[in-house]
Amino acid sequence: MATDCSAGASFSVAVQEQSDVPVLRCYFCQKCTAGCPVAFAMDFKPAQVIRLIQLGQREAALSSSAIWLCVGCETCGTRCPNQIRLAPMFDTLRHMARAEGYAPDPAIYALHRSFLDSIRLWGRVHELSMLMEYKTRCLLADYTLFFRGLLSDLRMGGDLALKGKLSLLPERVKRLAEVRKLYETGDTHPPTEVEP
Amino acid sequence: MRYAYYPGCTIETTAVEFGRSTDAVCEVLGVELAEIEDWNCCGASSAHSLDHELSLRLPGRNVALAQASGLDIVAPCPACYQNVLAADNRMRQDQAWRQKMESLLDFTYTGAGRPRHLLEVLSEPEMLEAIRSHVTRPLEGLRVASYYGCVLVRPPEITGWDDAEHPVRMDRLMAAIGAEPVEWSYKVDCCGASLTLSRSEVVTALSSRLGQAAREAGADVVAAACGICQINLDTRQEGEQKVPALYFTELMGLAFGVSGVEKWFGKHSVDPRPILRERGLLA
Repeated sequence: MATDCSAGASFSVAVQEQSDVPVLRCYFCQKCTAGCPVAFAMDFKPAQVIRLIQLGQREAALSSSAIWLCVGCETCGTRCPNQIRLAPMFDTLRHMARAEGYAPDPAIYALHRSFLDSIRLWGRVHELSMLMEYKTRCLLADYTLFFRGLLSDLRMGGDLALKGKLSLLPERVKRLAEVRKLYETGDTHPPTEVEP
Repeated sequence: MRYAYYPGCTIETTAVEFGRSTDAVCEVLGVELAEIEDWNCCGASSAHSLDHELSLRLPGRNVALAQASGLDIVAPCPACYQNVLAADNRMRQDQAWRQKMESLLDFTYTGAGRPRHLLEVLSEPEMLEAIRSHVTRPLEGLRVASYYGCVLVRPPEITGWDDAEHPVRMDRLMAAIGAEPVEWSYKVDCCGASLTLSRSEVVTALSSRLGQAAREAGADVVAAACGICQINLDTRQEGEQKVPALYFTELMGLAFGVSGVEKWFGKHSVDPRPILRERGLLA
Protein backbone atom coordinates (compact mmCIF):
# COMPACT_ATOMS: atom_id res chain seq x y z
CA MET A 1 0.00 0.00 0.00
CA ALA A 2 1.73 3.12 -1.21
CA THR A 3 1.02 6.21 0.81
CA ASP A 4 0.24 9.28 -1.23
CA CYS A 5 0.56 12.26 1.10
CA SER A 6 -1.95 14.52 -0.64
CA ALA A 7 -4.48 11.70 -0.98
CA GLY A 8 -3.96 10.96 2.71
CA ALA A 9 -4.62 14.52 3.66
CA SER A 10 -7.73 14.79 1.50
CA PHE A 11 -9.25 11.56 2.89
CA SER A 12 -8.68 12.46 6.53
CA VAL A 13 -9.98 15.97 5.93
CA ALA A 14 -13.07 14.58 4.20
CA VAL A 15 -13.77 12.21 7.11
CA GLN A 16 -13.28 15.05 9.63
CA GLU A 17 -15.57 17.37 7.72
CA GLN A 18 -18.35 14.89 7.09
CA SER A 19 -18.37 13.41 10.59
CA ASP A 20 -17.38 16.50 12.57
CA VAL A 21 -14.99 14.20 14.47
CA PRO A 22 -11.34 15.34 14.93
CA VAL A 23 -9.64 12.09 13.84
CA LEU A 24 -6.25 13.81 13.37
CA ARG A 25 -5.99 14.31 17.14
CA CYS A 26 -5.52 10.56 17.72
CA TYR A 27 -2.15 9.66 19.29
CA PHE A 28 -2.88 5.94 19.27
CA CYS A 29 -3.35 5.20 22.97
CA GLN A 30 -5.75 2.43 21.88
CA LYS A 31 -8.23 2.96 24.68
CA CYS A 32 -10.96 2.67 22.05
CA THR A 33 -9.78 -0.75 20.92
CA ALA A 34 -9.31 -1.96 24.50
CA GLY A 35 -12.91 -1.19 25.40
CA CYS A 36 -14.61 -2.14 22.13
CA PRO A 37 -16.99 -5.08 22.67
CA VAL A 38 -16.81 -6.21 19.02
CA ALA A 39 -13.11 -5.55 18.31
CA PHE A 40 -12.47 -9.31 18.55
CA ALA A 41 -14.54 -9.82 15.40
CA MET A 42 -13.10 -6.89 13.40
CA ASP A 43 -10.34 -7.13 10.78
CA PHE A 44 -8.92 -3.69 11.67
CA LYS A 45 -9.48 -2.59 15.28
CA PRO A 46 -11.00 0.86 16.01
CA ALA A 47 -7.63 2.58 16.65
CA GLN A 48 -6.21 0.99 13.51
CA VAL A 49 -9.10 2.34 11.46
CA ILE A 50 -8.24 5.85 12.71
CA ARG A 51 -4.62 5.29 11.76
CA LEU A 52 -5.69 4.12 8.28
CA ILE A 53 -7.60 7.36 7.88
CA GLN A 54 -4.61 9.43 9.04
CA LEU A 55 -2.41 7.61 6.52
CA GLY A 56 -4.86 8.09 3.67
CA GLN A 57 -5.52 4.37 3.25
CA ARG A 58 -8.95 4.98 1.84
CA GLU A 59 -9.46 1.55 0.30
CA ALA A 60 -8.37 -0.39 3.38
CA ALA A 61 -10.58 1.75 5.64
CA LEU A 62 -13.67 1.71 3.45
CA SER A 63 -13.52 -2.01 2.70
CA SER A 64 -12.87 -3.10 6.28
CA SER A 65 -15.36 -5.23 8.21
CA ALA A 66 -14.85 -2.95 11.21
CA ILE A 67 -16.99 -0.16 9.80
CA TRP A 68 -19.97 -2.53 9.56
CA LEU A 69 -19.40 -4.36 12.85
CA CYS A 70 -19.40 -1.19 14.97
CA VAL A 71 -22.71 -1.24 16.87
CA GLY A 72 -22.48 2.39 17.96
CA CYS A 73 -22.30 1.60 21.69
CA GLU A 74 -20.22 4.76 22.26
CA THR A 75 -17.75 3.14 24.69
CA CYS A 76 -14.77 4.30 22.61
CA GLY A 77 -15.94 7.89 22.23
CA THR A 78 -16.75 8.13 25.95
CA ARG A 79 -13.22 7.03 26.89
CA CYS A 80 -11.15 8.82 24.23
CA PRO A 81 -8.78 11.36 25.86
CA ASN A 82 -8.97 13.47 22.68
CA GLN A 83 -12.78 13.63 22.42
CA ILE A 84 -12.81 11.59 19.23
CA ARG A 85 -16.27 10.08 18.95
CA LEU A 86 -15.73 6.99 16.84
CA ALA A 87 -19.41 6.04 16.44
CA PRO A 88 -20.27 8.99 14.15
CA MET A 89 -16.90 8.49 12.44
CA PHE A 90 -17.89 4.89 11.64
CA ASP A 91 -21.27 6.14 10.38
CA THR A 92 -19.46 8.48 8.01
CA LEU A 93 -17.15 5.70 6.80
CA ARG A 94 -20.18 3.52 6.06
CA HIS A 95 -21.83 6.32 4.09
CA MET A 96 -18.61 6.94 2.15
CA ALA A 97 -18.14 3.22 1.49
CA ARG A 98 -21.61 2.94 0.03
CA ALA A 99 -21.34 6.12 -2.02
CA GLU A 100 -18.06 4.90 -3.49
CA GLY A 101 -19.29 1.39 -4.23
CA TYR A 102 -17.33 -0.60 -1.62
CA ALA A 103 -19.10 -3.84 -0.72
CA PRO A 104 -20.69 -3.73 2.73
CA ASP A 105 -20.90 -6.71 5.08
CA PRO A 106 -23.86 -8.35 3.29
CA ALA A 107 -25.79 -9.61 6.33
CA ILE A 108 -25.40 -6.45 8.40
CA TYR A 109 -26.31 -4.28 5.41
CA ALA A 110 -29.32 -6.51 4.62
CA LEU A 111 -30.61 -6.07 8.17
CA HIS A 112 -30.29 -2.27 8.19
CA ARG A 113 -31.88 -2.03 4.74
CA SER A 114 -34.80 -4.30 5.70
CA PHE A 115 -35.30 -2.33 8.92
CA LEU A 116 -35.49 1.00 7.09
CA ASP A 117 -37.80 -0.50 4.43
CA SER A 118 -40.12 -1.68 7.18
CA ILE A 119 -40.35 1.85 8.59
CA ARG A 120 -41.01 3.28 5.12
CA LEU A 121 -43.75 0.68 4.61
CA TRP A 122 -45.58 0.92 7.95
CA GLY A 123 -44.10 3.88 9.83
CA ARG A 124 -43.12 1.44 12.59
CA VAL A 125 -41.06 -1.70 12.41
CA HIS A 126 -42.98 -4.92 11.90
CA GLU A 127 -40.59 -7.65 12.99
CA LEU A 128 -42.08 -10.59 11.12
CA SER A 129 -42.15 -9.04 7.64
CA MET A 130 -38.83 -7.28 8.32
CA LEU A 131 -37.23 -10.65 9.14
CA MET A 132 -38.66 -12.17 5.97
CA GLU A 133 -37.20 -9.37 3.86
CA TYR A 134 -33.89 -9.71 5.73
CA LYS A 135 -33.66 -13.45 5.08
CA THR A 136 -34.61 -12.94 1.41
CA ARG A 137 -31.93 -10.27 1.02
CA CYS A 138 -29.37 -12.62 2.61
CA LEU A 139 -30.39 -15.40 0.26
CA LEU A 140 -30.01 -13.13 -2.77
CA ALA A 141 -26.68 -11.68 -1.61
CA ASP A 142 -25.06 -15.01 -0.73
CA TYR A 143 -27.10 -18.17 -0.16
CA THR A 144 -24.70 -19.40 2.54
CA LEU A 145 -25.69 -16.37 4.65
CA PHE A 146 -29.26 -17.60 4.62
CA PHE A 147 -28.21 -20.75 6.45
CA ARG A 148 -25.71 -19.11 8.81
CA GLY A 149 -27.25 -19.17 12.28
CA LEU A 150 -30.55 -20.31 10.81
CA LEU A 151 -31.17 -22.95 13.47
CA SER A 152 -30.55 -20.63 16.40
CA ASP A 153 -32.60 -17.90 14.68
CA LEU A 154 -35.48 -20.32 14.20
CA ARG A 155 -35.22 -21.40 17.82
CA MET A 156 -35.24 -17.76 18.92
CA GLY A 157 -38.10 -16.86 16.54
CA GLY A 158 -40.12 -19.93 17.53
CA ASP A 159 -39.66 -19.16 21.19
CA LEU A 160 -40.78 -15.54 20.71
CA ALA A 161 -43.77 -16.63 18.61
CA LEU A 162 -44.85 -19.21 21.21
CA LYS A 163 -44.70 -16.58 23.93
CA GLY A 164 -46.86 -14.24 21.83
CA LYS A 165 -44.03 -11.76 21.29
CA LEU A 166 -44.22 -11.56 17.49
CA SER A 167 -47.32 -9.96 16.03
CA LEU A 168 -48.66 -11.25 12.74
CA LEU A 169 -50.02 -7.92 11.57
CA PRO A 170 -48.08 -4.65 11.45
CA GLU A 171 -48.95 -1.56 13.45
CA ARG A 172 -49.37 1.17 10.90
CA VAL A 173 -48.85 4.88 11.40
CA LYS A 174 -52.00 6.78 10.39
CA ARG A 175 -50.36 9.66 8.52
CA LEU A 176 -47.90 7.46 6.68
CA ALA A 177 -47.27 10.08 3.99
CA GLU A 178 -45.56 12.23 6.64
CA VAL A 179 -43.11 9.44 7.43
CA ARG A 180 -42.43 8.60 3.78
CA LYS A 181 -41.68 12.25 3.09
CA LEU A 182 -38.77 11.99 5.54
CA TYR A 183 -37.16 9.49 3.16
CA GLU A 184 -37.58 11.68 0.10
CA THR A 185 -35.75 14.89 0.83
CA GLY A 186 -33.00 14.37 -1.73
CA ASP A 187 -29.98 15.42 0.35
CA THR A 188 -29.23 12.09 1.99
CA HIS A 189 -25.85 10.42 2.26
CA PRO A 190 -25.39 8.88 -0.23
CA PRO A 191 -27.80 10.70 -2.55
CA THR A 192 -29.14 7.64 -4.32
CA GLU A 193 -29.66 4.11 -3.17
CA VAL A 194 -26.87 1.90 -4.53
CA GLU A 195 -27.60 -1.79 -4.14
CA PRO A 196 -24.40 -3.76 -3.49
CA MET B 1 -46.78 13.97 36.96
CA ARG B 2 -47.47 13.77 33.24
CA TYR B 3 -45.24 12.87 30.31
CA ALA B 4 -45.52 12.53 26.54
CA TYR B 5 -44.96 8.79 26.16
CA TYR B 6 -42.93 7.38 23.29
CA PRO B 7 -43.35 3.60 23.69
CA GLY B 8 -41.31 2.48 20.65
CA CYS B 9 -41.89 -0.43 18.29
CA THR B 10 -40.91 -3.33 20.58
CA ILE B 11 -43.18 -2.45 23.50
CA GLU B 12 -46.15 -4.37 22.08
CA THR B 13 -44.06 -7.25 20.72
CA THR B 14 -40.65 -8.53 21.81
CA ALA B 15 -40.59 -6.32 24.92
CA VAL B 16 -44.27 -6.65 25.80
CA GLU B 17 -43.51 -7.38 29.47
CA PHE B 18 -41.52 -4.12 29.61
CA GLY B 19 -44.57 -2.27 28.29
CA ARG B 20 -47.08 -3.91 30.63
CA SER B 21 -44.86 -3.52 33.69
CA THR B 22 -44.13 0.12 32.80
CA ASP B 23 -47.88 0.82 32.57
CA ALA B 24 -48.49 -0.94 35.88
CA VAL B 25 -45.78 0.74 37.97
CA CYS B 26 -46.48 4.19 36.53
CA GLU B 27 -50.13 3.78 37.45
CA VAL B 28 -49.19 2.90 41.04
CA LEU B 29 -46.86 5.92 41.21
CA GLY B 30 -49.37 8.30 39.65
CA VAL B 31 -47.10 8.95 36.67
CA GLU B 32 -49.34 9.62 33.70
CA LEU B 33 -47.99 8.46 30.34
CA ALA B 34 -49.86 10.22 27.51
CA GLU B 35 -48.90 8.34 24.35
CA ILE B 36 -47.67 10.57 21.54
CA GLU B 37 -50.37 10.42 18.90
CA ASP B 38 -49.30 8.65 15.67
CA TRP B 39 -45.62 8.31 16.66
CA ASN B 40 -43.24 6.60 14.23
CA CYS B 41 -40.15 4.41 14.56
CA CYS B 42 -36.96 6.30 15.47
CA GLY B 43 -34.80 4.33 13.01
CA ALA B 44 -33.00 2.50 15.85
CA SER B 45 -29.43 1.66 14.88
CA SER B 46 -30.21 1.21 11.18
CA ALA B 47 -30.99 4.80 10.23
CA HIS B 48 -27.71 6.28 11.48
CA SER B 49 -25.81 3.36 9.96
CA LEU B 50 -27.04 4.07 6.44
CA ASP B 51 -28.30 7.64 6.39
CA HIS B 52 -27.24 10.20 8.98
CA GLU B 53 -29.94 12.77 8.19
CA LEU B 54 -32.72 10.18 8.16
CA SER B 55 -31.64 9.25 11.70
CA LEU B 56 -32.42 12.83 12.76
CA ARG B 57 -35.54 13.27 10.64
CA LEU B 58 -37.41 10.15 11.84
CA PRO B 59 -37.23 10.95 15.58
CA GLY B 60 -37.61 14.65 14.68
CA ARG B 61 -41.22 13.96 13.71
CA ASN B 62 -41.86 12.53 17.18
CA VAL B 63 -40.36 15.63 18.79
CA ALA B 64 -42.71 17.74 16.67
CA LEU B 65 -45.75 15.61 17.59
CA ALA B 66 -44.92 15.70 21.30
CA GLN B 67 -44.17 19.39 21.40
CA ALA B 68 -47.80 20.45 21.22
CA SER B 69 -48.33 18.98 24.69
CA GLY B 70 -45.38 20.92 26.15
CA LEU B 71 -44.51 17.82 28.20
CA ASP B 72 -41.16 16.08 28.57
CA ILE B 73 -40.93 12.98 26.39
CA VAL B 74 -40.39 9.68 28.17
CA ALA B 75 -39.09 6.61 26.34
CA PRO B 76 -38.55 3.17 27.89
CA CYS B 77 -36.25 2.06 25.04
CA PRO B 78 -32.67 3.43 25.21
CA ALA B 79 -32.31 3.51 21.41
CA CYS B 80 -35.55 5.50 21.02
CA TYR B 81 -34.37 7.75 23.84
CA GLN B 82 -30.97 8.39 22.34
CA ASN B 83 -32.32 9.03 18.84
CA VAL B 84 -35.00 11.45 20.03
CA LEU B 85 -32.40 13.16 22.21
CA ALA B 86 -29.99 13.52 19.27
CA ALA B 87 -32.76 14.89 17.03
CA ASP B 88 -33.88 17.36 19.69
CA ASN B 89 -30.31 18.46 20.45
CA ARG B 90 -29.55 19.15 16.82
CA MET B 91 -32.68 21.29 16.46
CA ARG B 92 -31.86 23.09 19.71
CA GLN B 93 -28.28 23.90 18.68
CA ASP B 94 -28.21 24.23 14.90
CA GLN B 95 -30.42 26.98 13.57
CA ALA B 96 -30.05 26.09 9.89
CA TRP B 97 -30.98 22.47 10.60
CA ARG B 98 -33.89 23.57 12.77
CA GLN B 99 -35.33 25.67 9.95
CA LYS B 100 -34.97 22.76 7.56
CA MET B 101 -36.82 20.46 9.96
CA GLU B 102 -39.51 23.05 10.64
CA SER B 103 -40.36 23.32 6.99
CA LEU B 104 -40.13 19.56 6.43
CA LEU B 105 -42.37 18.75 9.40
CA ASP B 106 -44.52 21.86 9.16
CA PHE B 107 -44.13 22.99 12.77
CA THR B 108 -42.32 25.63 14.84
CA TYR B 109 -39.69 24.32 17.22
CA THR B 110 -40.03 25.85 20.68
CA GLY B 111 -37.75 23.53 22.66
CA ALA B 112 -40.56 22.82 25.12
CA GLY B 113 -40.27 19.35 26.57
CA ARG B 114 -37.02 17.43 26.84
CA PRO B 115 -36.50 13.75 25.99
CA ARG B 116 -35.86 11.59 29.04
CA HIS B 117 -35.44 7.90 29.69
CA LEU B 118 -37.92 6.07 31.90
CA LEU B 119 -35.15 4.99 34.30
CA GLU B 120 -33.98 8.59 34.64
CA VAL B 121 -37.49 9.71 35.58
CA LEU B 122 -38.14 6.83 37.98
CA SER B 123 -34.81 7.20 39.79
CA GLU B 124 -35.07 10.87 40.75
CA PRO B 125 -34.64 11.29 44.54
CA GLU B 126 -38.25 12.35 45.18
CA MET B 127 -39.47 9.47 43.00
CA LEU B 128 -37.40 7.00 45.05
CA GLU B 129 -39.25 8.27 48.13
CA ALA B 130 -42.58 7.57 46.44
CA ILE B 131 -41.35 4.16 45.33
CA ARG B 132 -40.35 3.20 48.88
CA SER B 133 -43.78 4.15 50.14
CA HIS B 134 -45.49 1.85 47.62
CA VAL B 135 -43.43 -1.26 48.32
CA THR B 136 -45.67 -3.93 49.86
CA ARG B 137 -43.35 -6.88 49.33
CA PRO B 138 -39.68 -5.83 49.60
CA LEU B 139 -37.42 -8.00 47.45
CA GLU B 140 -35.31 -9.01 50.43
CA GLY B 141 -32.54 -11.43 49.67
CA LEU B 142 -32.72 -10.96 45.90
CA ARG B 143 -29.31 -10.11 44.49
CA VAL B 144 -29.59 -7.94 41.41
CA ALA B 145 -26.96 -6.95 38.85
CA SER B 146 -28.05 -3.59 37.38
CA TYR B 147 -27.35 -3.63 33.66
CA TYR B 148 -27.35 -0.35 31.75
CA GLY B 149 -25.96 -1.54 28.44
CA CYS B 150 -24.63 0.93 25.95
CA VAL B 151 -26.49 4.09 24.98
CA LEU B 152 -28.55 4.68 28.12
CA VAL B 153 -25.73 6.69 29.70
CA ARG B 154 -23.58 7.34 26.62
CA PRO B 155 -22.38 9.58 25.18
CA PRO B 156 -22.28 11.51 28.49
CA GLU B 157 -22.32 14.92 26.73
CA ILE B 158 -25.89 14.31 25.58
CA THR B 159 -27.25 11.99 28.31
CA GLY B 160 -25.54 13.20 31.48
CA TRP B 161 -27.95 12.02 34.20
CA ASP B 162 -25.77 9.23 35.55
CA ASP B 163 -22.07 8.35 35.47
CA ALA B 164 -21.04 6.93 32.09
CA GLU B 165 -18.60 4.37 33.51
CA HIS B 166 -20.10 3.60 36.89
CA PRO B 167 -23.76 4.54 36.90
CA VAL B 168 -25.62 4.02 40.18
CA ARG B 169 -29.19 5.15 39.75
CA MET B 170 -30.60 1.73 38.88
CA ASP B 171 -28.84 0.29 41.94
CA ARG B 172 -30.50 2.96 44.09
CA LEU B 173 -33.84 2.05 42.60
CA MET B 174 -33.23 -1.65 43.26
CA ALA B 175 -32.27 -0.85 46.87
CA ALA B 176 -35.46 1.24 47.20
CA ILE B 177 -37.58 -1.85 46.44
CA GLY B 178 -35.64 -3.89 48.97
CA ALA B 179 -33.36 -5.82 46.60
CA GLU B 180 -29.63 -6.13 47.08
CA PRO B 181 -27.62 -4.55 44.25
CA VAL B 182 -24.36 -6.39 43.51
CA GLU B 183 -21.12 -4.80 42.36
CA TRP B 184 -20.00 -6.00 38.95
CA SER B 185 -17.79 -4.67 36.18
CA TYR B 186 -20.13 -5.13 33.22
CA LYS B 187 -22.82 -2.54 33.97
CA VAL B 188 -22.18 -0.53 30.84
CA ASP B 189 -20.78 -3.24 28.56
CA CYS B 190 -22.60 -3.68 25.27
CA CYS B 191 -24.58 -6.86 24.46
CA GLY B 192 -23.96 -6.59 20.71
CA ALA B 193 -27.36 -5.03 20.04
CA SER B 194 -28.66 -5.43 16.49
CA LEU B 195 -25.89 -7.85 15.50
CA THR B 196 -28.15 -10.45 17.13
CA LEU B 197 -29.59 -11.28 13.72
CA SER B 198 -26.75 -10.45 11.34
CA ARG B 199 -23.87 -11.78 13.49
CA SER B 200 -25.50 -13.92 16.13
CA GLU B 201 -22.20 -15.55 17.15
CA VAL B 202 -20.86 -12.15 18.28
CA VAL B 203 -23.96 -11.54 20.40
CA THR B 204 -23.87 -15.06 21.81
CA ALA B 205 -20.28 -14.47 22.95
CA LEU B 206 -21.09 -11.07 24.51
CA SER B 207 -24.35 -12.12 26.19
CA SER B 208 -22.79 -15.29 27.58
CA ARG B 209 -19.91 -13.28 29.04
CA LEU B 210 -22.38 -10.86 30.63
CA GLY B 211 -24.33 -13.74 32.15
CA GLN B 212 -21.16 -15.32 33.46
CA ALA B 213 -19.96 -12.04 34.96
CA ALA B 214 -23.30 -11.53 36.71
CA ARG B 215 -23.12 -15.04 38.14
CA GLU B 216 -19.57 -14.52 39.33
CA ALA B 217 -20.72 -11.37 41.12
CA GLY B 218 -23.28 -13.50 42.94
CA ALA B 219 -26.34 -12.07 41.17
CA ASP B 220 -29.62 -13.99 41.10
CA VAL B 221 -31.00 -11.90 38.25
CA VAL B 222 -29.93 -9.11 35.89
CA ALA B 223 -32.09 -5.98 35.80
CA ALA B 224 -32.31 -4.50 32.30
CA ALA B 225 -33.64 -1.21 30.98
CA CYS B 226 -33.56 -2.04 27.28
CA GLY B 227 -35.54 -4.40 25.03
CA ILE B 228 -32.49 -5.44 23.02
CA CYS B 229 -30.28 -6.05 26.07
CA GLN B 230 -33.04 -8.13 27.63
CA ILE B 231 -33.81 -10.21 24.54
CA ASN B 232 -30.13 -10.84 23.86
CA LEU B 233 -29.51 -12.03 27.42
CA ASP B 234 -32.76 -13.97 27.37
CA THR B 235 -32.29 -15.79 24.06
CA ARG B 236 -28.59 -15.65 23.15
CA GLN B 237 -26.97 -16.39 26.52
CA GLU B 238 -25.28 -19.78 26.66
CA GLY B 239 -23.92 -21.70 29.63
CA GLU B 240 -25.12 -24.23 32.14
CA GLN B 241 -26.72 -21.77 34.51
CA LYS B 242 -28.27 -18.91 32.61
CA VAL B 243 -29.06 -15.78 34.59
CA PRO B 244 -32.62 -14.52 34.08
CA ALA B 245 -32.84 -10.94 32.79
CA LEU B 246 -35.82 -8.94 34.03
CA TYR B 247 -36.85 -5.40 33.23
CA PHE B 248 -36.34 -3.13 36.23
CA THR B 249 -40.04 -2.29 35.99
CA GLU B 250 -40.97 -5.97 36.39
CA LEU B 251 -39.03 -6.09 39.66
CA MET B 252 -40.76 -2.88 40.76
CA GLY B 253 -44.14 -4.44 39.93
CA LEU B 254 -43.26 -7.48 42.02
CA ALA B 255 -42.31 -5.28 44.97
CA PHE B 256 -45.50 -3.21 44.59
CA GLY B 257 -47.55 -6.41 44.62
CA VAL B 258 -49.40 -5.52 41.39
CA SER B 259 -51.43 -8.20 39.62
CA GLY B 260 -50.29 -9.82 36.38
CA VAL B 261 -46.67 -10.16 37.46
CA GLU B 262 -46.58 -13.91 36.78
CA LYS B 263 -47.89 -13.30 33.27
CA TRP B 264 -44.88 -11.05 32.51
CA PHE B 265 -42.47 -13.62 33.92
CA GLY B 266 -44.05 -16.25 31.68
CA LYS B 267 -42.88 -14.25 28.65
CA HIS B 268 -39.22 -14.94 29.42
CA SER B 269 -37.10 -17.62 27.78
CA VAL B 270 -34.86 -17.92 30.84
CA ASP B 271 -37.62 -18.40 33.42
CA PRO B 272 -37.06 -16.12 36.44
CA ARG B 273 -39.77 -17.82 38.54
CA PRO B 274 -37.67 -20.63 40.07
CA ILE B 275 -35.14 -18.24 41.63
CA LEU B 276 -37.88 -15.83 42.74
CA ARG B 277 -39.70 -18.74 44.44
CA GLU B 278 -36.44 -19.86 46.02
CA ARG B 279 -36.07 -16.37 47.50
CA GLY B 280 -39.63 -16.55 48.79
CA LEU B 281 -40.82 -13.74 46.52
CA LEU B 282 -43.33 -15.76 44.51
CA ALA B 283 -45.88 -18.30 45.65
